[in-house]
Amino acid sequence: MKSSGASRTPVTYRAALAPYSVWSVLFVLVPLIFVAFYAFTDNDFAFTTENITRFFTAKSNIVGEDGSTTEVRTYVLIFMRSLKLAVISTLVCLFMGYPMAYIMARAKEKTQKTMMTLIMIPMWMNFLIRTYAWMTILQDTGIINGLLGKIGLGPLHVIGTETAVILGMVYDYFPYMVLPIYSILAKMDLKLLEAARDLGCGSLSVLRRVILPLSMPGVISGVTMVLIPSISTFYISQKLGNGKFFLIGDAIEGQYIANNLHFAAAIAFILMVILLAAMALLKYVTARFVYGGD
Amino acid sequence: MKLSAKIYSAIIFCFLFAPIAVLLVFSFNEAKSLSVFSDFSVKWYVELFRDRNTLAALKNTLVLAASATAISTLLGTFAAVGINRLRSRWYRAAMNTVTDIPMVNPDIITGISLMLMFVFIGRLFGASTSLNFGTMLIAHVTFCTPYVILQVLPKLQQMDNALPEAAMDLGCTPLGAFFKVELPEILPGIITGAIMAFTLSLDDFVISYFTAGTGFETLPIRIYAMTKKTVTPKMYALATIIFFVTLTLLLISNVVDNEDSRKLKERKKKK
Repeated sequence: MKSSGASRTPVTYRAALAPYSVWSVLFVLVPLIFVAFYAFTDNDFAFTTENITRFFTAKSNIVGEDGSTTEVRTYVLIFMRSLKLAVISTLVCLFMGYPMAYIMARAKEKTQKTMMTLIMIPMWMNFLIRTYAWMTILQDTGIINGLLGKIGLGPLHVIGTETAVILGMVYDYFPYMVLPIYSILAKMDLKLLEAARDLGCGSLSVLRRVILPLSMPGVISGVTMVLIPSISTFYISQKLGNGKFFLIGDAIEGQYIANNLHFAAAIAFILMVILLAAMALLKYVTARFVYGGD
Repeated sequence: MKLSAKIYSAIIFCFLFAPIAVLLVFSFNEAKSLSVFSDFSVKWYVELFRDRNTLAALKNTLVLAASATAISTLLGTFAAVGINRLRSRWYRAAMNTVTDIPMVNPDIITGISLMLMFVFIGRLFGASTSLNFGTMLIAHVTFCTPYVILQVLPKLQQMDNALPEAAMDLGCTPLGAFFKVELPEILPGIITGAIMAFTLSLDDFVISYFTAGTGFETLPIRIYAMTKKTVTPKMYALATIIFFVTLTLLLISNVVDNEDSRKLKERKKKK
């Protein structure tokens, strides 16, 4: 049997791929079509755009601390809040994670391996329990406030604030930021850095003009890998935010529990479209501004 | 390493391991408190093993993870073998995209999308509940298979394609060549892929939550239900056990992987 040089994939290999192709169509692509289908239909599966308009127009009243009420667009507000918390968490991860990735990439090979394992270990603790553990650490009667109380400080009220939600997101997704940046930095050709120094670059400008631009692919995949789960999370906000900061994931879960599947699908659909647009924009911006136009 | 680098890494690792340390320590707490440690005791572990619902959930989780691993490993390995030999460029691009989707899409969307489809099909056949073990298994296989492919594909690319061809020239059937030549070459990738699938399935909450029926409770779903109420150190004991089981599996997979890259280096040296 001659397979090299033939222009078609041999039959045996096509047959090997067939089950997975069918599986992907049935359980990856078709379900996504169902999201759109449910989003644009009512309970009798008749076409409607009501679910989508409801997302943008539904209003509710918020009672402020001074007792005054303000009318807000419920889901738009929830989405903007999710976006804000996710962007802040991603930036915190980036500024904490980049130096860590840099330190790892410059360490001895054996140390690098150990550090990578240490970064990954927390990911293998169930995320519900990790989040819950933070709740017990941070609460008013928790360990941190216990220690602060002994030296006459505190108590710090952290649970139920945006800070706690951000901390939970940063904690849960930090490894997703460090690992891609590290793998790019570790592969970087050290001669480039030497060359830059030989040509008169100071340490800071080597960092700014050589290391940072070269590590952009890692930064971009890190940013995506943190932003996507943190914008769609629905547990962290319930536990660490004391249920005060309803996020877009909580909204989807809430509609699912209330059995409003069509509206849940509409929220999921809008989230999906916005994320796709954000990815495309990120790709465009990096191509245009980081790699200089081509 | 510079001192500043050492201090910085120490701070980061303290942050990463703080909740895990708290969990470990308080799972051995005599009192029920999750913030004041009174005395060492294993009573929560004993209580855990007396809790029938948790043990049932553990059994369910293991059955589900084992089935999902078996199916996704088979499906993924064959898919990788096929993708590796694809000639058509658009077919290859399509397969890569479709493999990326479950990994890039937020879990909540993967979960919701599968749930909507199952519910719709269930309604079509007039069933009142259409979510059960089968739907969860499908969901788990769907998000595990891409990880198996990602582990196996690089091993196939490292392999010399002339090897199976030589076997066939010497009279092997294509299937025989696969089992005698290709399979042993890519086995380490299959093993790490299977372990990855198993741990992912074991740990998954979000997708399971949306695709689980009422009658089938896995551990993460039970933990979710438990954290809605007050949590006892019993759950910390459970978390500690799961943590060490997963850790062991990952260490095994690391050893397999290192062993393989060592062999590869030696072979390159001989050449």
